[in-house]
Amino acid sequence: MAVSLREYRARIKSTESMKKITRAMELIAASRIIKAQQRAAAAAPYARELTRAVSAVATFSNVDHPLTREEENPKRAAVLIITSDRGLAGAYSSSVIKEAERLSERLRDEGKEIDYFLAGRKAEAYFKFRSRDFVASWTGFSDQPTYDKAAEIGEALISAFLKEQGEEGDVDEVHVVYTRFRSMLTQEPTAVRLLPLEVVEGEETPDEGELLPLYEFEPSAEQVLDGLLPQYVQSRIFFCLLQAAASELAARQKAMKSATDNAEELIKKFTRIANQARQAGITQEISEIVGGVNALADAQAAAD
Amino acid sequence: MAAADVDKLHVELVAADRTVWSGEAAMVIARTTEGDVGVLRGHAPMLSLLSQAVVEIQVADTDDVVIAAVSGGFISVANDRVSVLSETVDLGEDIHVDAVLAELEEAKHLLDSNDEAEQRVRHAEARLRAAERVS
Repeated sequence: MAVSLREYRARIKSTESMKKITRAMELIAASRIIKAQQRAAAAAPYARELTRAVSAVATFSNVDHPLTREEENPKRAAVLIITSDRGLAGAYSSSVIKEAERLSERLRDEGKEIDYFLAGRKAEAYFKFRSRDFVASWTGFSDQPTYDKAAEIGEALISAFLKEQGEEGDVDEVHVVYTRFRSMLTQEPTAVRLLPLEVVEGEETPDEGELLPLYEFEPSAEQVLDGLLPQYVQSRIFFCLLQAAASELAARQKAMKSATDNAEELIKKFTRIANQARQAGITQEISEIVGGVNALADAQAAAD
Repeated sequence: MAAADVDKLHVELVAADRTVWSGEAAMVIARTTEGDVGVLRGHAPMLSLLSQAVVEIQVADTDDVVIAAVSGGFISVANDRVSVLSETVDLGEDIHVDAVLAELEEAKHLLDSNDEAEQRVRHAEARLRAAERVS
C-alpha cells in the first residue's frame, strides 16, 4: 500500500508541473493574441485603401487584366494551405488540412489537378509524412507573419498563375485555405478563391460621401491596374496570414486552457485516490494491531 | 465637397503593415512614374503609380517636413484626401545611412547578375536621399 501511495504522490507532482507549463503557455498565447490583433488592425488601412483604389480603377475602366481573366478550360488549380509551425494548438492545423482535403476533393471532381503550396511546418510535415508532392513551402513565421513573406508567397502564386496553359508549373486558379478569426472562441477554416480575382461590385452600398470620384489615372488606367493588382493579391495573402496567426494563438490558448483544467481534474482525482490509499493503509495497520492484541488476549485466556 | 471649409489636405502615409504617418498637410510632393507631382488643396482626383523615390509632406501650420522613402506603390488624391501607399515606407529619420550604403554596395555588385538588384539599388538610393534630406 505504501508504495502505491508514493506513486500517486509522484503522479500528482508531475501533473502539477505539467499544469504550470500549460498555464504558462495559455498566458503567453493570450498576450500574443492581443499583439496579433493589433498587427491585423495596423494592416487594415493598407488593405482598405488598396481595395478602394482597385475598385476605383475597376469602376472606370474595363477590367481586363491577366489576373482577372478566367481560363476557359481550367485544368490545374493551386491550393495554398496556411497552418501553424508548432503544435499544441488543439485541432487548429488538422482542421485546416481537413478543409483543404475537402476543397481538393471538390476540385478533383471538377477534373482539375492540384498543385499544393504550403505555409507552416505542420502542413509540410503532413505532406512529407504521406510522401505527397508539393510545389513550395514557407515556414517559420506562422505566429507573426511579415509582409515580406506574404509578398514572397504572392509572387510565387502570381507567377504560377500567369504562365500559359500547358507550360510547366502553370495553374489556372489559386485557392487559399486559412483559418478565419471570428472571435476568441470561434475560428473557422475557410477556403477562398484568390485568383482569378473577382471584381466584386461593392459588397455593401457605399455611403453618400463614399461615392468614388472621377479619378485621373497616370500613366493610364491599365498601367495603374497593372501595378495595383499584384499588390492587392499580396495584401489579401497578408490578410489571410494575419488572420491565421490570430486564430492559431486563440486555438492554442483554448487548447492550453483545457489542458490546464484537465490537469486540475487529474490532480483532484489523484489526491482522492492517494487519500484513500493512505486511509486504507491506516485501517489495515489498526486492524492488524487489533487482531494481534486479540490473538494475545485469546492466548492468555487459554493459558489461564 | 465636404472639405471645402478646411484649407488643408488630409494625408495618410501607409505601409503594408502599419500607418506610418497621418495628419493634416499643406502640400505633398511625390515622384510618380511620369514625373514629380505636387498636390495642393483642391487637386483633381488622381490615382498614380509611384516610383521608388522620396515623398515629401509639408505639415500644415508648421515648417515641419515629413520625408519618407517609398518602394513603389501609388498615390491617390480625392476630396482633399491624399493616401500614399507603398509596401515599405521608411521615414527619413529612421534610416540608418551606413546600413543603406552597405546594402547599396551589395546590390550594385549584383547588378549584372540579376534583375532584382536594380530595384534594390533604386530603393537604396531613394532611402539614401531621404536620409540626406532629413539631416
